Amino acid sequence: MIKFTERQLQVPRFMRPVYLVTGGQSQYARAFPEKRTEELCIDALTMAAEFIGMSPAELKGYLHTCYYGHFADHFGDQLLGEAVIHDRLGLDPLGNIGVKTGGATGGSAIWEAAKAVASGYSDCALAMGWERMDEVPTDEGNNYIACAADKDWETPLGHIYTGYYATMAQRYWQVFGKSQDSFRRTMAEISVKNHGYARWNPFAQGPMDITVEDVLKSAVVAYPLRVLDCCLMSVGAACVIVAEEDTAFKMCKNPLRLYVAAGSHSLRVADRRDMEIPLLPNETPEQYKDLDQAFPGGHRYPGFTGFLAARMSAWYAYRMAGVKDPTEDLDFVELHDAFTISDIQTYEDIGIRPYGRGREYVESGDCYLVNPHTHKQGRLPANLSGGLIGCMHAVGATGIMQVVECALHLWNRHAEIHGNPRLWKTFGKQKPKNWVDLQVPNARRALAISHAGVGSHVTCTILMHPDHLLKEE
Amino acid sequence: MSNQAKVWVEKKAYKIKGEFSTLEPNTPIRRKDGKLCGVTNPRRLVHMHSYGGEAPFFAGLAKRKLLGTQCVNGKCEYQGSIYIPFRIFCPDCLAKMKIVDLTAKAKKTARIYSYIVTSRTGAFNTLKTPIRFIDVEFDGVTTILKSYQLAGEPEIGQRVIPVFRAKPTFTITDLAWVKADTKKPPKGFRF
Repeated sequence: MIKFTERQLQVPRFMRPVYLVTGGQSQYARAFPEKRTEELCIDALTMAAEFIGMSPAELKGYLHTCYYGHFADHFGDQLLGEAVIHDRLGLDPLGNIGVKTGGATGGSAIWEAAKAVASGYSDCALAMGWERMDEVPTDEGNNYIACAADKDWETPLGHIYTGYYATMAQRYWQVFGKSQDSFRRTMAEISVKNHGYARWNPFAQGPMDITVEDVLKSAVVAYPLRVLDCCLMSVGAACVIVAEEDTAFKMCKNPLRLYVAAGSHSLRVADRRDMEIPLLPNETPEQYKDLDQAFPGGHRYPGFTGFLAARMSAWYAYRMAGVKDPTEDLDFVELHDAFTISDIQTYEDIGIRPYGRGREYVESGDCYLVNPHTHKQGRLPANLSGGLIGCMHAVGATGIMQVVECALHLWNRHAEIHGNPRLWKTFGKQKPKNWVDLQVPNARRALAISHAGVGSHVTCTILMHPDHLLKEE
Repeated sequence: MSNQAKVWVEKKAYKIKGEFSTLEPNTPIRRKDGKLCGVTNPRRLVHMHSYGGEAPFFAGLAKRKLLGTQCVNGKCEYQGSIYIPFRIFCPDCLAKMKIVDLTAKAKKTARIYSYIVTSRTGAFNTLKTPIRFIDVEFDGVTTILKSYQLAGEPEIGQRVIPVFRAKPTFTITDLAWVKADTKKPPKGFRF
């Protein structure tokens, strides 16, 4: 569709409020040769239980339905992997379903669980995601990932997803980045920031103390993208528990309000037709009148430079939650930084900056916890977990990890978990002596974007402290 | 190769001949100290895949034709829209579309919308590296076709013309592109 009816633009509504009660995650790594997937899932569920002072059995006693995010059955060579995990978690005979939306699988699992609670079907639901990407060599893994493109029209072309994704990056780089060295350095800065934040996250797979020069000297994957511009390939699991109000307050003292919406666009970027830009609450048509003058070649929307699915997920979610301006209304975000350049594209799709001006979010220092230019708190810190570049991309778990990380800040318990020396030791790591507490001060509201491939599915999850809602209900 | 898997259709059913599933012995995966961690699961298998209503496109490549589709439903708001990749049904009205020959249009108007050059590939890749992935725009066509370039270094806006594999594989790799002023087709391809 390139035009929408009023019905299609109906603001999604939950029939009753949905709360996030708790969440947990496993360690993330490139491979776990001595752990089965269920061990990672049980690690995540156990953490979620302990976080609210329950035993796993007590927590399980609240669950009514389960929503499992596991994208790539073929990586683990196990169809119906959801049934295996459900059994190993000891949750039979509760109803459960598997969700598969590529990189957005984690966010989509939360979307499904939230709708189950909102509709009244369940008072309490589990969203659990995981991925097992270590059972094949990297080139076979690349082929499997390429199977998430169109099998007749794209996959035979190199069997490499980079070939389908990076042409979008190239177009953005040339049109909006104007192939400038300064833009390239801004891209690299995102990698430095996210790998750097990962150093203080015990769960993270890719902590690194690197410089912009290190990124610019790393091996080329597909110009202008280099190895350090790209996300990690990971194994791990994460989960959240959502519940209706009474149940949520029985389970914990301070559940968070949760809103989530989804958007989509064609699997083949080839099929994306020119259309008008659906405007977010903080945008005006005038903003984009001269887009082609400021950025020659930028006229076609979404072309290869925008992600309509991300825009629509934010379009719906902002209206659900009462967000008028993400930078003003939110305190921090976790974005799907699959690549440094797609991170910049996402700033524009969700209204942090207008089209073509995403780089300013990084260059202004707004995206940091402490703005390196002003040395004050950044206006909207991004990916304090390390994101997909520094923390992990265990596909089915990624969108859930982001929401767990957001919640830790809103509960003001980020340091309690990330700074726990026992947790570092459990993961076979030593807590850094210069460990930095990344807790966002007075955090009230946060957003997480979960994004699939070239933008076929995107979810936008917004968490709010119940005392700081933006919309009267 | 004498026992290569072969498939044909007879009386609306697949008929098969040859080897479709080959199991090789598995081996243990151990730690250096000998502790067992798991096993390998090697095997070869063959899938049978229908092109369905898109078959004319892949058959067309073997005849050096680039076929797209056009919505001809007079009641559709977007009647006349032309699509390549070939779509069987109009994405707006869901009417079956008409097949149109875009070969001449491609030769006259095709240009690169975006591109990427990469030497990284996945398992089972058949294209020579580095691969020059290109996305091709045509005048009057509503979509952009993903493909690859065999002659000339790609640039955004560059005019390109199609070339077709001389011995077709009946896959999308039978179609490639070269810079518009290329005089001789790449080895194994024809204009």
